[in-house]
Amino acid sequence: MVDPVPSGSICPVRTGGGLTVGSRPGDCELHLTAVEDFLNWGKEHSLFYLLFATACCGIELMQTGGPRYDVDRLGMIPRASPRQADLLIVAGTITHKMASRAKRLWEQMAEPRWVVSMGSCANAGGPFSKFSYSVLNGIDKHFPVDIYVPGCPPRPEALIDGVIELRERVRRWQTLGVRPRDAAVIA
Amino acid sequence: MTIVAESPDGELMTLNMGPHHPSTHGVLRLIVECDGEVVTSCQPDIGYLHRSIEKIGEYLEFPQFVPYTDRVDYVCAMNANLAWCVAAEALYAMDPASVIKIPERAEWIRILVAELNRISSHLVAVGALAMDMGAYTPFLHAIALRELINDLFESICGARLTYNYVTIGGVANDLPAGIEPRIAAALDQIEREMRGFNKLITGNTIFRDRLAGTATISAADAVAWGLVGPNLRGSGVDFDLRRDEPYGFYDRVEFAVPVGDAFAGANGRVGDAFDRYIVRLLEILESTRICRQALKHLPPAAPKAADLVGGWQADVKAALRKPPKGEVHHRTEMPRGETGYYLISDGSKIPYRIRIRTGSFTAVAIIPKLAPGLMLADIVAVIGSLDIVLPEVDR
Ligand code: SF4
Repeated sequence: MVDPVPSGSICPVRTGGGLTVGSRPGDCELHLTAVEDFLNWGKEHSLFYLLFATACCGIELMQTGGPRYDVDRLGMIPRASPRQADLLIVAGTITHKMASRAKRLWEQMAEPRWVVSMGSCANAGGPFSKFSYSVLNGIDKHFPVDIYVPGCPPRPEALIDGVIELRERVRRWQTLGVRPRDAAVIA
Repeated sequence: MTIVAESPDGELMTLNMGPHHPSTHGVLRLIVECDGEVVTSCQPDIGYLHRSIEKIGEYLEFPQFVPYTDRVDYVCAMNANLAWCVAAEALYAMDPASVIKIPERAEWIRILVAELNRISSHLVAVGALAMDMGAYTPFLHAIALRELINDLFESICGARLTYNYVTIGGVANDLPAGIEPRIAAALDQIEREMRGFNKLITGNTIFRDRLAGTATISAADAVAWGLVGPNLRGSGVDFDLRRDEPYGFYDRVEFAVPVGDAFAGANGRVGDAFDRYIVRLLEILESTRICRQALKHLPPAAPKAADLVGGWQADVKAALRKPPKGEVHHRTEMPRGETGYYLISDGSKIPYRIRIRTGSFTAVAIIPKLAPGLMLADIVAVIGSLDIVLPEVDR
C-alpha cells in the first residue's frame, strides 16, 4: 500500500511539465516526466564515490564519511573499485609518480563520471607548488575536474558543499543528447 | 599461522596491491608473489607520496617549516610540530647566548595537545585495523571519538587536522578560556567509550583469532629492523623515549609503558599483530592519564605571553635570530614511534640540511620479512597492525 503523497513532492520532475494522475489516497500515482530528468534524479541521489585518498585531505574525507557528517544521507557510499564509482574525489597531493595511476583510475570509471578536486594540492599543488620538485601542480593537468574545493585541508562541510554544487550539475546532465561540459566551478 | 605451499609446477602469481587500494592506508604499492593463497614474497614500492619536504626545508626559515611538519605526519600533526620545534630549540640551545626559554604553561600545553593527538592517532590506527579485518562499525566509533578531539583542537588553534600550533619557543596562542573542563569531559568520554569499543571488537573471537600469532616479530628482530614505537613495544621491548629520554616536561608526569605480552591468550605470541593492537589501546588510556596530569599542573594564564610561568611564547622573535653553527639530532616519541629530526645549520637563518627519520619507514621495511608464508588476506592485517602512514615513509 502506497502512502498518499501530495502531488509533486517526490516527483522527480525538475524542469516542469510533470503531471500526476490519480487522486484518491492509496491509488497508484502516475508521474510524467522526461526520461532524462528521471535518470538524472537517480544519479543525483546515488553518487557513489571512489575511496581515493593519497594524503592529509584523505583523513578529512574519512571524517566526512564518518558518523558526524555522514555523507551516506546524500546517497554517497564509498566504493573500493573505480568501476563501481560515479564520483572521483581526488583527496590529497598528487605527485608525478602518482599522476599516471590517478589518470588510470579515472579512465577505469564508467561514464558519466564526475571529479571533485579536494584541497589545495589537488587544485594547484598547494603548499608544495613552489618549492617541490615532485608534486604535480593540479590534477586538472591530467583529467577534467568539475568542482574545486579549496582548503588545506577543506573542512568536511566544504567538501559537502562542493558535492551539493556537483548535484546541481548532475541534475542538468544531458544523458541522451550531446552537450559540452560546463566550465568548472569553485565551490 | 604459517602454511607452506608448493605448487606442482612451481609457478607463482604476481599481484600488484596498490598504489590505490583501500587497505594500504594511502599510496603504498606492494608487489606480492603468491603460490595459490600463500605469499612467497612481498616487495613494497614506495615514493608515490614523495613531496620533497626535506628539500623544501632548505628554502625556509626555521619557523616557516612548522606547517610542513604537519604534513609529514598529518594523523598526529601536533606531535610532528613538537618534534620539529624541540629539535630546532636544541639547535639554538647549542650556543648559550641563543637559548630559547619556554614558559612553563607552554610546556604543559604542549604535553596536553601532543597526548590528545596521540589518542586521536591511535584511534585511527585501531579503527582502521578493525576495518581492514572486515569490521566496519568499530571504525565508525573510532572516527566519532576522533571528532571530539578535533573539536577541542579547533577551539584551541582553529584547525581540525593541520594545526601549526606548536611553535619554536612555545605555542602559537594560549588555550581559550574555559577549555579545561571541556578537555576533562572529553577524556572521560573517551575512557567510557573505549570500554564499549573493547566489548565491540577486542573481545571478538573472530578478530582475536585472526590476529593472534599473525606476523609475529620477535624482540631481537624488532630491534634489528629498527622498529620503533608501539610496534617495538608490541614485541616486548620496553622502550619509550618519553620515559627513557624525556624531552619537555615528560619527566614530570607519571605513566606506564605498555609492552606486548601475548595478550591473545593460548594462540597468541609476544609480538604478534594482536599485541601491537593492544599496546595501542593501552597507550590511549595512558595518554588520557597524562592529559589529566597536564591539566592539573597547568599554571594559570598570565596576562603576558612572555611570562616564564603563565605565558605561552617567551620570545616571539627568538627563532628569527640566526642559530649557532652545528648539527643536532633530536628524537621524540610520536604515535608511530621515535621520530628524529637531524638538522645541519651553517649559521644562517635557513637550515643547511634537514633529515627526518620516521617510524613508518622502518615499519614498511619489515614487510618483506614478515610476508612469506602468510595468507594473502593477512598482508592486510600486517599493514594495519604496523600502522603505516605513507607521507611519513615518503616525506
Ligand atoms: S591540500 Fe593540504 S591537507 Fe590536503 S593533501 Fe595537500 S597539504 Fe595535505
